[in-house]
Amino acid sequence: MRITDTLKFSLSTFRGSPARTFLMLLAMSIGVTSVVALTALGEGARRYVTDEFSSLGTSLLIVIPGRTETTGGSPSLFIGETPRDLTLDDARALLRYSSIRQVAPLNIGSAPVSWKQREREAPVIGTTAEFLTIRHWEMAQGSFLPAGDPESAGSVCVIGQNIRNELFGASSALGEWIRIGDRRFRVIGVLQSAGRSIGIDSQDLVIIPVASAQALFNTSSLFRIFVEAKDRDELSRVEALVIKTIKERHQGEEDITVVSQNAVLATFDKIFRALTLTVAGIASVSLAVAGVLIMNVMLVSVSQRTPEIGLLKALGAPDRQILVLFLTEAAMLSLFGALIGLILGELGIWVMILLYPSFPLTAPIWAVVSAVSVALLTGLVFGALPARRAAKLEPVQALSRR
Amino acid sequence: MIQLDHIERVFQVGDQKVHALHDVGLKVERGEYLSIMGPSGSGKSTLLNIIGLLDRPSDGQYFLDDKDVSLLTEKEQAKTRREKIGFVFQFFHLVPRLTAAENVELPLVLAGMMPGERKQKVSEVLQAMGIGDRMHHRPEQLSGGQRQRVAIARATIMQPTVILADEPTGNLDRASGKEVVEILERLVDNGLTLVVVTHDPELGQRAKRQIKMVDGSIVSDTLRSV
Repeated sequence: MRITDTLKFSLSTFRGSPARTFLMLLAMSIGVTSVVALTALGEGARRYVTDEFSSLGTSLLIVIPGRTETTGGSPSLFIGETPRDLTLDDARALLRYSSIRQVAPLNIGSAPVSWKQREREAPVIGTTAEFLTIRHWEMAQGSFLPAGDPESAGSVCVIGQNIRNELFGASSALGEWIRIGDRRFRVIGVLQSAGRSIGIDSQDLVIIPVASAQALFNTSSLFRIFVEAKDRDELSRVEALVIKTIKERHQGEEDITVVSQNAVLATFDKIFRALTLTVAGIASVSLAVAGVLIMNVMLVSVSQRTPEIGLLKALGAPDRQILVLFLTEAAMLSLFGALIGLILGELGIWVMILLYPSFPLTAPIWAVVSAVSVALLTGLVFGALPARRAAKLEPVQALSRR
Repeated sequence: MIQLDHIERVFQVGDQKVHALHDVGLKVERGEYLSIMGPSGSGKSTLLNIIGLLDRPSDGQYFLDDKDVSLLTEKEQAKTRREKIGFVFQFFHLVPRLTAAENVELPLVLAGMMPGERKQKVSEVLQAMGIGDRMHHRPEQLSGGQRQRVAIARATIMQPTVILADEPTGNLDRASGKEVVEILERLVDNGLTLVVVTHDPELGQRAKRQIKMVDGSIVSDTLRSV
């Protein structure tokens, strides 16, 4: 029997029982739709989170004072031993390496910010000019903190959009003097409202030179040091360098923690990938259910079409031919079902994109390919038993059934 | 052409063994017109099924065109059925979802013939059966006589050497039954071998050679005196 005739014959059986065909297609397409749509969601969540982190810069290291490590030993040993503070000099010491592009010290605190009669509490960040490029922020108006000696405590500040709106309303903020805590600063720039940002919302920030912040909060220590490596691939080498340098400066005490953006990113990536796989696994249960349905309906079909099978045998169809006919039927049903499922799934994704435009949704290719091939496979596996049963029918008995 | 030697067919029904055929020997030459008659349960249908390779004898030998077909594999038997044997059934056995033409085409499709060639043959055979205008009707849109003619067209389209008919008129009224018998007899005139199983004496006596079966054995084998 020619392949085209085999396909045509299977098609004729679908015409022969449209309701049965529709139900099988429905079951299969629901399975494939759920795999495609759910993996798209999982994958979307993963991409959303990794994009968030990437926006922070992937060649970034963050130096945190204190060592996050549990060590054994007698507690009395640690009495009187506080971790040394990170200082501006520590930050500056890192700059001498060629593999480090830039360094931004960071100090953070909260202070009342006021202009004329308006006042509000706002997070205040002390940093240097480099912070702008490290965080990939952009200016809406004016300029960021001037580059120069981090030790010089200039009386200038950059404010976020929300602060600008709340303090100044419709009037211009640039060049105005605002009061932060007990000091006065001139506004030299307004931050662009960043699309996304993890951690502190840049729109509520007030940014002043790091030395001014140290004076304002009366401290000589830093909250963080941001280190950007020149080359992403050298990140681990730079990390070792940072630890070694600061250890030397801290009398041989390794009392800092260095967090690399990549490590965090990789962890999240892994978590979400596992999540997507889990969801795909759960969704593919519905594929298996569809397979069972196909088997059930095919078994009914075999017993309904017993006389026809007997006839085909009498007309000279070998057992193998009958097997192929029924397997073709199962395969075509699952393939058509899978294709309908793909279309429905993509349609669902499209609707979700319309509802949540900022969420990056696409069904990953591996999910599409595996959903279709799993559908085909279940069709064949679950179609095998009915097909074998049909092939093994005794022609005389098959013909005598009416 | 057909030679059966000491054919036995035993069915296991529960604990009991039923001898459907017992020591049956038969020789049929090419072009013969043969009827097998007998009461129901006499084994005449079983004999026909064995001749048609739908059933295998429990014992004995069956030569078709001097070849021992009981030694053939399942696949080879199917091929032999396809090429040498045409079946006509009491209940027509047309595939309900296919048109008359598609039903007739089935053996050619199974044989893997090219579509262009098939169409030609199908319409020729249906014309010859006098139902060319019914080609694209489904079985349910055809009368009993027409259905049986479609079935005969299907049985003859591969130009087999033998036609096996099991009660071909059993489900038809007298008029269309007569038509069907005449069509079958025309096939004999064209050189085909025809074996008809029936318990209708009127039909059976039309055959040149008449075999009577009782309890799984052939009890008489007579030639009609013309």
